[in-house]
Amino acid sequence: MRFERREDVSVTALLVAPFAAVLVALVLCAGLIAMAGVSPLTAYAGMLKGAFGSRLAVTETLTRASPLILTGLAAAVAFRARLWNIGGEGQFYLGALTATALGHATVTALPVPLAWATLALAGMAAGALLLLIPALLRLKFGVDEVVTTLLLNFITLLFVGLMVETVLKDPMAFGWPQSVPVAAGLRLPDLVPRSRLHIGLILAVVVVLIVWLVQSRTVFGAETRAAGLNPRAAAFAGVPITATLVKVAILSGALAGLAGVIEVLGPVGYVTTTMSPGFGYAGIVVAMLAALHPLGVVAASVFVATIFVGADAMSRATGVPSFIADVIMAVALLAMLVALLFTTYRVRR
Amino acid sequence: MTAAFDILANASLWEAVLRIATPLIFGVLGALVCERAGVLNLGIEGIMTLGAMVGWLSVYWGADLWTGLAIAVLAGMMMGWLHAMLTVPLGLSQHVSGLGITLFASALAYYLYRLWVQVGDLPPTIEPFRPWPIPVLSGIPFIGQVLFTQMPPTYLAILAVLLVAYILNRTPAGLALRMTGENPHAVEAQGLNPVRIRIWAVMAGSGLMALGGAFLTTATFNSFFPTMVQGRGWICIALVVFASWRPGKALAGALLFAFFDAYQLRLQTMVQGVPYQLFLMAPYVLSIVALILVARRARVPEALMQPYRRGER
Amino acid sequence: MTAPVLELDGITKRFGALTANDDVSLTLAKGEVLALLGENGAGKTTLMNILFGHYAADAGEVRVKGKPLPPGKPRAAIAAGVGMVHQHFTLAGNLTVLENITIGSEPLWRLTTDRDSAAKKIARLSETFGLPVDPGARIADLSVGERQRVEILKALYRDAEVLILDEPTAVLARPEAEQLFRTLRGMALGGLSIIFISHKLHEVMSASDRVTVLRGGRVVAERRTADTNPAELAELMVGRAVSRPVRQAHEAGGPVLVAKGLQARGSGTPLDGIDFEVREGEILGIVGVSGNGQAMLGRVLSGLTRPHAGTLTYRGQDITHLTPRDAVRMGLGRIPEDRHAEGIVGDLSVWENAVLERIRDFASRGFVRRKAAQEHAADLIRRFDIRGATPATRTRLLSGGNMQKLILGRNLAAGPRFLLANQPTRGLDEGAIAAVHRELLQARAEGAAILLISEDLDEAVGLSDRVQAIVKGRLSAPVPAERADARKLGLMMAGVWDHADAV
Repeated sequence: MRFERREDVSVTALLVAPFAAVLVALVLCAGLIAMAGVSPLTAYAGMLKGAFGSRLAVTETLTRASPLILTGLAAAVAFRARLWNIGGEGQFYLGALTATALGHATVTALPVPLAWATLALAGMAAGALLLLIPALLRLKFGVDEVVTTLLLNFITLLFVGLMVETVLKDPMAFGWPQSVPVAAGLRLPDLVPRSRLHIGLILAVVVVLIVWLVQSRTVFGAETRAAGLNPRAAAFAGVPITATLVKVAILSGALAGLAGVIEVLGPVGYVTTTMSPGFGYAGIVVAMLAALHPLGVVAASVFVATIFVGADAMSRATGVPSFIADVIMAVALLAMLVALLFTTYRVRR
Repeated sequence: MTAAFDILANASLWEAVLRIATPLIFGVLGALVCERAGVLNLGIEGIMTLGAMVGWLSVYWGADLWTGLAIAVLAGMMMGWLHAMLTVPLGLSQHVSGLGITLFASALAYYLYRLWVQVGDLPPTIEPFRPWPIPVLSGIPFIGQVLFTQMPPTYLAILAVLLVAYILNRTPAGLALRMTGENPHAVEAQGLNPVRIRIWAVMAGSGLMALGGAFLTTATFNSFFPTMVQGRGWICIALVVFASWRPGKALAGALLFAFFDAYQLRLQTMVQGVPYQLFLMAPYVLSIVALILVARRARVPEALMQPYRRGER
Repeated sequence: MTAPVLELDGITKRFGALTANDDVSLTLAKGEVLALLGENGAGKTTLMNILFGHYAADAGEVRVKGKPLPPGKPRAAIAAGVGMVHQHFTLAGNLTVLENITIGSEPLWRLTTDRDSAAKKIARLSETFGLPVDPGARIADLSVGERQRVEILKALYRDAEVLILDEPTAVLARPEAEQLFRTLRGMALGGLSIIFISHKLHEVMSASDRVTVLRGGRVVAERRTADTNPAELAELMVGRAVSRPVRQAHEAGGPVLVAKGLQARGSGTPLDGIDFEVREGEILGIVGVSGNGQAMLGRVLSGLTRPHAGTLTYRGQDITHLTPRDAVRMGLGRIPEDRHAEGIVGDLSVWENAVLERIRDFASRGFVRRKAAQEHAADLIRRFDIRGATPATRTRLLSGGNMQKLILGRNLAAGPRFLLANQPTRGLDEGAIAAVHRELLQARAEGAAILLISEDLDEAVGLSDRVQAIVKGRLSAPVPAERADARKLGLMMAGVWDHADAV
């Protein structure tokens, strides 16, 4: 068996790939569900119902999708430029922590829109700085950023733990390691009354559109693509590779930091070391399922959120461990990789 | 300040170093075997988690400890096979596939653990490995306690370093493996199959990684709980670079690392007023520092992370 | 004639729509040296890869001493006594000579390696065939010629009786090449049968017993070397009388680009203080054996590497610290050595590749003016006859020649005052070569100063007004092309030059 590059990649194949991958993942995971003594169809129906069965369920799913859109976009933007940012989780937390630290008291004197802008910028700067470290280590010393971004996730989480147990500790939290809350007036307004869904979702989608526009229409977008696809040729053509990579790192880190900001200002209101159910890591899956396309990120985020919210509800009803959601997500990622291969290569003999 | 030095004179510190190093030794050896054949295996974190779970569960279900380890190795090899199939014949991104394997293997471990084990307030436990003093040698003062009163898998880890070093440097199979990591075209031109060699190397390496994970649940601790691997896999990936892909240096790196870890644990209980998180950060910070120190002069296997497709250059 | 050692019978191989080999048959007798002659893309390498088992043929059979070889199995080919010396050496730079030679020769699961007897066997082979090497040396520390000896020893170590060499002289200087052919001749006298692949007529004429000419994947002719001549072979190889454009004499103007004492280092051979001067309306040819600093010279003139000593002046302006963007802005055109790696981004469209260098000229407020850029690309496609392309085509789908026309086009459209042409015709077929030569001569006629770096002597001498040789990072004094005969060039490229001929 050997592979032969297809002459051209059809758009249809690219659109079909994620659906095929998800289907494969659901079929493969059916076996694991059956091992729990539950019919896979019942379980999947339960998941759908859990994610979309009621107004509340829909809002929960979209609430879950909001930060995922941003962490997914963060990964997609970086991967396109072949910057392997696996540190979305840490950047998310640092963004959340920064927004909380400033949003508790510091910016409350400002008019609300200005305060929001300040918090968003501060959170984005924090995320960007955190990714700049591994990006610069790669550019200056040739250190692989996969390992450094992963290790920084652990360091950041410990730092967040340190903060919520010391400087930012909430004295009213009965000893729970939880930070002081953001000022009530700074919480993002709800999108749907009596739900946790907030305008952060709109913001995330707007950011996606902006990033899409930048990637497809601007000089920066064109140079980034060239640098990602063939760095040597891009450098030959005068694309400043180092500067481009630094800009991409800033953008990617900022997006993941922004995810932390909207999660804090939106549904959560304070920081704990368990506030993220792996938004950063799930962002990688989102980016791959989206084939690194900004618009695809929105759809993939909703899919991943569906799996997680649906699995929680289904687990309560049937007793299938909710970790099935993580398994489905991981298998979907691996299946998507294979599906993408078949969009660019065909098998010969 | 003298207290900080007193710790060093205490044999229990040095005994702990070897114990803490054991999972790292297995992990770093596993990563090294994969990378010398040209395949980066970022599945390590998940493979160690799965190995920890499977090894523990086998013993919990009645197997003896060594059988538990063997089953963990098999589970690791299965994950290695998956990673190898995706990255070698299919030539997919080793980064993304490895991360996918980590997500998959750890999710699978957590799922099966929840499915098969009733967890009350505390996770259930097994009877773990006990130290196995080597006759006569363990009687030597200080050194006996440090080197010869370890748990059996620790001795196995040291043996594994020697074995891997011998196989890589002294046997035809080891030469073929190294050559595959340097130039797979050269391997094919001499009539060997680099695809098959890579698949076997990744499976063997993944088995070693799982062994490291299983040590955590059958020796270090006596139960399994999520996130217990705690980034040890990523530290191993950093250690391989630090060790310039050599087994002997990998052992030294793992020991150095374990020393800092054991030392900070003891220091933590003595130094008041410093938040414990700062101590816990130390190993991760250290890994990054280690990477920076060696990055420029590291002699990377030339074909590392380069997919091999027959007839395509 | 004795029974053939090797027979290829009706070999056909298709890659998608392309038929690389079409019903190819040939035979090789014991002790014979057969030259396989053909242009790039004629199917020579594919044929040898089938013979050696890297590829499986779609039809046909390979027989060694009458016995069919199982297809697609290099192992079987080696066992049958076929050895191959690849054009791109298949060696591992970090491993030793001994390791590179012995890999695969012992059963994989043996518990030990017998290094002593391996070293003895290598020493004996080195002695017998005149191929001296140090078994303990690391490949990365060896010269190109030594590495080729290792490659040949690899085949001999496995007791090869048929030796296939793919473009063996591509990386060798003339004296080394002559040495190699003497060695091969000796081996043939000793009973080895040899096939060497080449597109160089003089090699084929001097070193082979018989020639098989391949064109478009088919065998078009077979001749005894004694019964043919270079002109006939050239016509057989190309399929028609060769007509490359000819340089017209004309007077060069003032200096455009002047290098003084340039030194630069990085990966590969460093530049060790070079001087040259390219004048308006002339082509200065830099000839030399691959790996003597051409790559670094190209990098410096492309703005990718900064020289650490010396100066570079462009029309009186100091450009020692040139960047790629400066180059584009100031009208220095650049044709890179490797079009796939440096010239184009294969997965971008033709229009994006056409404007990438000057994308800021096709943008306002940071947004790309796509329409203008696409029109520009369409214009290039028309003016430079880039076939099979629309502005939206993915660039990787173009043939090598059309890719090169795109690169030439985006450089020449702006009317450059200086043009760096680094190996501009490497890997192209005769038609594309002629087109590239025409464009270069046209640019010269319009007053551009052109620096041509080429390993193809015929090309360099045919196009250039003056020639300098590059050897170990140093340049010879320039000689006029009219006075650069084969003997003189050979000496220059071997590092023997005097300043008497300088112009």
